[in-house]
Amino acid sequence: MANELLNVQGLETRFKTPEGLIHAVNGVSFHLKEGETLGVVGESGCGKSVSMLSVLKLVPMPPGEIVAGTAEFKGKDLLKMTNEEIRQVRGGQIAMVFQDPMTSLNPVMTIGKQLEEPLMLHLGLTKAQVRSRSIELLEQVGIPRAAERLKDYPHQYSGGMRQRVMIAMALSCNPQILIADEPTTALDVTIQAQIVELVIKLREQLGMAIVWITHDLGVVASIAHRVAVMYGGFIIEEANVKDLYKSPSHPYTIGLLGSLPQIQAQTRQRLYSIDGMPPVLYKKPQACPFAPRCKWVLERCWHENPRLEPVGEGHRVACWADTKSGSER
Amino acid sequence: MQNDNEVLIRVEDLKVHFPIYRGVIRRQVGAVKAVDGVSFSVKKGETVGLVGESGCGKTTTGRAIIKLYEPTAGKVFFKDTELTSLNNEEMRHMRKDMQMIFQDPYASLNPRMTLRDIVGEPLLAFGLASGKEIDERVAELLKMVRLSPDFMLRYPHEFSGGQRQRIGIARSIAMNPSFVICDEPISALDVSIQAQIINLFEDLQRDLNLTYLFIAHDLSMVRHISDRVAVMYLGIIAEMADRNEIYNNPLHPYTKALLSAIPVADPVYYETRKRIVLEGDVPSPANPPSGCRFRTRCPIADAHCAEERPEFREITSGHFVACFKA
Repeated sequence: MANELLNVQGLETRFKTPEGLIHAVNGVSFHLKEGETLGVVGESGCGKSVSMLSVLKLVPMPPGEIVAGTAEFKGKDLLKMTNEEIRQVRGGQIAMVFQDPMTSLNPVMTIGKQLEEPLMLHLGLTKAQVRSRSIELLEQVGIPRAAERLKDYPHQYSGGMRQRVMIAMALSCNPQILIADEPTTALDVTIQAQIVELVIKLREQLGMAIVWITHDLGVVASIAHRVAVMYGGFIIEEANVKDLYKSPSHPYTIGLLGSLPQIQAQTRQRLYSIDGMPPVLYKKPQACPFAPRCKWVLERCWHENPRLEPVGEGHRVACWADTKSGSER
Repeated sequence: MQNDNEVLIRVEDLKVHFPIYRGVIRRQVGAVKAVDGVSFSVKKGETVGLVGESGCGKTTTGRAIIKLYEPTAGKVFFKDTELTSLNNEEMRHMRKDMQMIFQDPYASLNPRMTLRDIVGEPLLAFGLASGKEIDERVAELLKMVRLSPDFMLRYPHEFSGGQRQRIGIARSIAMNPSFVICDEPISALDVSIQAQIINLFEDLQRDLNLTYLFIAHDLSMVRHISDRVAVMYLGIIAEMADRNEIYNNPLHPYTKALLSAIPVADPVYYETRKRIVLEGDVPSPANPPSGCRFRTRCPIADAHCAEERPEFREITSGHFVACFKA
């Protein structure tokens, strides 16, 4: 059994906004093992990005505030670290790739200069070493004529190429964990496929653990070993990738999977749709946040928030109802 | 979908080129060939899906059909009228019968107008209703898109993305159009909301006998909603066929690659699937490759493909493809 790298317990993050307090993350616990890829799935505003940003203390504070929780990385709590300490971890042992490769790169710095930064900061390499390592990194992520392209600016790269550069940057210090926040969402499908293939290849070569945040249940199925589904600031279901798609147990997961068109379907079937819309979290949910949209809703769901309970090997669900029988678990 | 094969819209060799100007005297130095010779037709009551990646010309095609962009060449027939020769005023009246739904539900609604004014504007503009009649028609339209008529005096910012898209749909069907161009109507929405909107499109099509041109990059959604599908690449249609035919039996190497790149929500599927990963990026439409547009990324291209542009030909009944190797 592989060692546990990251263990997050009871994470809560909220934001002060002019409209009131937003409870974005309401008690999220998960762990990540060495070499494992965890997919975090959910719709906009479910707290998937904020959870991961909180772990690295990248949530802007204020207006953000991490209210509770621990995030142990190799035995040390990231949330208790000073800014200086966590800076050593970020971009070094834990690296991040963001959604929009256009805004994550500095438009007035060459790609080479931007690649240099983490190498000098975290690894303290000499100028010559930095250059050869930069070329090596760009080659590793499949950028042709790497040595020449170091001199180019971000606008001279296409969207897919920019995302490759972001990945190269993230990998530059041999991270143990790569957090990828919707890295392929802004890209076209054929480019998305290139990036997913690239990350799978790099994962095999470098053996890093990955947290892949996305709203796309298709992409997650292709890359994750384990999946956590989020709703209303909670993880509502967690399972190995095959179990999740074969026997989804939370009504929300069932609804999400049902609302996707089946590419293999020969006849047109009506899509299953979840009525209503995701909650805006002005209050910390005391009952199940999905109850207003749920087909299986029971009396209890309106008063008590279910905890994640095991329903099978490595499969946990936060739901009072047994979706197979319709009665209470 | 319907038995009658009456063609509602026919596009013939449509081209839309955007000029590139340089220098102080603004000399034209070239053109972005966004759409470069596209032909297809849409039958009455049918949904035709237009898919492709960013910059392939799918949106430009849609916009040129209702002349939001002036076509550079080619013809568009709607019912019996040829649209490209119409003047602006004539075209304005044609648009009663052909409407468009836009991608971004945030940008396509005027934030300073109430729902009543937004949805009722087309009625007012064509002088079809006034005063109380508008209220009644707007209430009816809102009900059709499953919004409460009580919302009539509210402003767009009070609504979520999915609700705003419903408002845009209500506006587009206000004039009882027969043809609606849906330009990526669901790509800005969350997964659970996408299914709601798609179901709404299907209901409206059934109830109002609408014909759709459905533009999208999500191939699985396009397969779901369309009767026939056209795949675009760099300003041309690479392949067009019935929904099942194109997915079961793709002939163009680009279609094959595109289909194999679709993310499928089934981990078991990935154990057996061989992905065709295309190399490189789409070339610039200002300077497209000679011969076949796809040859620079095509795994089976040869010298012939660089010399001559493949004709868009019918291989089997209703299955068109622009490839020498098919």
